[in-house]
Amino acid sequence: MKARIKVTLKNGVLDPQGKAIQNALASLGFTGVNDVRQGKYIEVDLAEANEGRAREQVERICKELLANTVIENYAYELVQ
Amino acid sequence: MDACVVVFPGSNCDRDVKVALEAVAGRPVRMVWHADTTVPACDIIVLPGGFAYGDYLRCGAMAAHSPVMRDVVARAKRGTPVLGICNGFQVLTETELLPGVLMRNASLKYVCRDVRLKVEQPDTLFTSHYQKGEVIRIPIGHGDGNYFADEATLDELEAEGRVVFRYVDKAGNATAAANPNGAQRNIAGICDRSRRVLGMMPHPERLFEPMLGGSDGRKLFESLLATLH
Repeated sequence: MKARIKVTLKNGVLDPQGKAIQNALASLGFTGVNDVRQGKYIEVDLAEANEGRAREQVERICKELLANTVIENYAYELVQ
Repeated sequence: MDACVVVFPGSNCDRDVKVALEAVAGRPVRMVWHADTTVPACDIIVLPGGFAYGDYLRCGAMAAHSPVMRDVVARAKRGTPVLGICNGFQVLTETELLPGVLMRNASLKYVCRDVRLKVEQPDTLFTSHYQKGEVIRIPIGHGDGNYFADEATLDELEAEGRVVFRYVDKAGNATAAANPNGAQRNIAGICDRSRRVLGMMPHPERLFEPMLGGSDGRKLFESLLATLH
């Protein structure tokens, strides 16, 4: 089972990299870009086949390492 | 004062801080490899500057979970003082020995220059030889020094007198212009509740004797020596 994990900055946390991307888009002539927020996408291949147990494991993986919950949120989906 | 310096793959200020500690304490410093599971008996553990594990994922995140850090955290909780400088500060926040997180500099640029710091709290074993409110000159060199914590945590740090160093101008004012990285409330260094764990972005070991261009960092090591002997 695979976990597709997205780690994003919480609302209200300044995202200077997102701002830089937004500025670069403007300089490339893309108009109407109101805001850019960037984050991470991580794929984890799990040996676990049971969805409940996989979910439990992914929760711990996210909390203990992949996301710093002081500034980041995480979301994920499990796929076979 | 017997000191141990933890060396991670990617640490690059480990020897600098060893030199400073040995010069001030007059005793050999032990280097402890990240893969070791225990830190030898000592009076203080130092987490040096650098880019541990290449700062992969987030700065300090991988290092915080390295084998040696389990023992460092356990020892800190039993009262052994821990000093985290720059990358070491980032590691301390990732282990949650210190609150908050060091984010990418607001400018997105790596900043390497001397800054002025105000010593807000001389009542820690790291700062006892400084005067309250003393303005000192210490170098920084980092891309992720933008201290962030939620408002409640920041208020708690202030109320408990745990903001130890703040970025200021020459006159000692914590202005936006004097803030090199966007850190909230110009925070450059904080301690934990026990006041025995200190994290700071600036590098006191880089200005600990006149030959290096200044010695404002020396008093930090002398403070430690005075308490830890």
